[in-house]
Amino acid sequence: MVIPNFSIGPLHLLDVLPYVAIVTILGVILLLTPFLVWYERVALALIQDRLGPNRVGPRGLLQAFADGIKLFLKEDIRPSAIDATIYYAAPVLMMIPALAACAVLPVADLRIDMGGGRIEAIPFVVGNVNIGILYLLGLTSLQVYGIVLAGWASNNKYSLMGGLRSSAQTISYELSMTMAVLTGVLISGSTNMVEIVRSQAGTVADWNIAKFLPLGFIATVVYLIAMVAETNRAPFDLPEAESELVAGFHTEYSSMKFAMFFMCEYASMLVISGVATALWFGGWNSPHPALNFVPGFVWFILKVVAFVMVYVWVRATLPRLRYDALMALGWKRLLPIALAALVLTATWDAVRTPADKKSGWPVIEAPHDADKPVARASNAR
Amino acid sequence: MQGNSIGFWILAALCIAAAVQVVANRNPVRSALALVGVMCCLSVFYFAQGAEFVGAVQVIVYAGAIMVLFLFVIMLLNLGAPNPMMDRVGLSKPVALLASAVLLGSLAFAGALKIAPGRAVKSPVSGTVQQIGYALFDPGRPWLFAFELTSVLLLVGVVGAVVLAQRRSD
Repeated sequence: MVIPNFSIGPLHLLDVLPYVAIVTILGVILLLTPFLVWYERVALALIQDRLGPNRVGPRGLLQAFADGIKLFLKEDIRPSAIDATIYYAAPVLMMIPALAACAVLPVADLRIDMGGGRIEAIPFVVGNVNIGILYLLGLTSLQVYGIVLAGWASNNKYSLMGGLRSSAQTISYELSMTMAVLTGVLISGSTNMVEIVRSQAGTVADWNIAKFLPLGFIATVVYLIAMVAETNRAPFDLPEAESELVAGFHTEYSSMKFAMFFMCEYASMLVISGVATALWFGGWNSPHPALNFVPGFVWFILKVVAFVMVYVWVRATLPRLRYDALMALGWKRLLPIALAALVLTATWDAVRTPADKKSGWPVIEAPHDADKPVARASNAR
Repeated sequence: MQGNSIGFWILAALCIAAAVQVVANRNPVRSALALVGVMCCLSVFYFAQGAEFVGAVQVIVYAGAIMVLFLFVIMLLNLGAPNPMMDRVGLSKPVALLASAVLLGSLAFAGALKIAPGRAVKSPVSGTVQQIGYALFDPGRPWLFAFELTSVLLLVGVVGAVVLAQRRSD
């Protein structure tokens, strides 16, 4: 599908594209959340042989909207012995990283006719930055503050336990997740999300999950486990384990503040699924060239929805982990496996790269010589 | 350029205000949070200088991992109540004053010496992953050894912590 490069008055398509991307991606994520809640409840009901939501709207589709209105109209309870500033800031601190992470999600590659028959591939992404994947890692690591501070500021034992569990859990699983992501970066040869997705064009065999067999596959599995733990979803939902901690970190939160935590969970589920799609499962690429007539964003959305289904399926199938089992899994199983996959991938890559493709060290000027030319590549060595 | 320097001054004011809060706030949790603010400001400074990789790593390592651990320990130990240990000043106050005066003086001296007013220091190398990797791991440069030595040092720290924890448990 080729789009002509048009301009309306002083606005050119390429200049406006990032803003269109912001509005579209944020809008889709925020509007999709109610339907995601419905999707999860229906899927859970199917797995547990129940009916699920079926009262509000056709097939219960409007149930989440009814819940939203209910939460919106509830009294905003302010517990007495709280640290007010932090208590009110916590849901916001959790929401910001979840939404800001969408900025580097590569949704599709648009083919734009630049005039004169020259067609260029322009990624549909808010910020096509070189350190995209590092930006994502940074934001996901910041998200834990919302939970920890909510637990602490509530001045409630159970909330605090939830916050403490969350911080320990996030730090433990972040290591494995980062190792797995680094393996993906090594396979793709770039930290730019768009480049990572472009490097997987072709068939299923070109996706990162199928490269460096079985190393890519192992790293993918490690990432998928760590990603469930990072979003605090079952079976890793110890920060809000209702059978022991009431509701964990959000026990003291009511009405819209609670709704924000709830929405965050679903927004970060979508974002993390999007990252998994881009990093391991080819992003917008179709599984076979014969299916290339389907637009890229359709593939992207299909894959993300499939991941959300995995989330729900895992939640319905696996019981919650015991705390020591959670830590043992993170530190004694996932981390060594992820580390081994990373080292083996690096070794394999170094061995199979032919000698003539290994570039020499480019000469880079020392940082304080401000007036010298920037960088000279040299293969003289 | 004008917009850049306005951004710099706003951010610098924020950064210093947060840094003062780290020392002045009596609530350890808020202190730690202010330190997170300082880290994030520093990261934005790095981004503004074109050192994207360093900026991102600053957030991932300091704000995302080390400070979370700090908060964890603070919450685990005293649950955020003002610590009576902070009231014991003794010798630490004059020593701290002297040390900060020396640091401020040397920074001001270096600043006056190196950066003429009005001359923006523009980094000639953008801090991309490739360039930092090439600079760090180039065998022809003196930094590879120091880099590897630092990683061994960190490893020694980790092993040491494990050994200490092991001894206490039996």
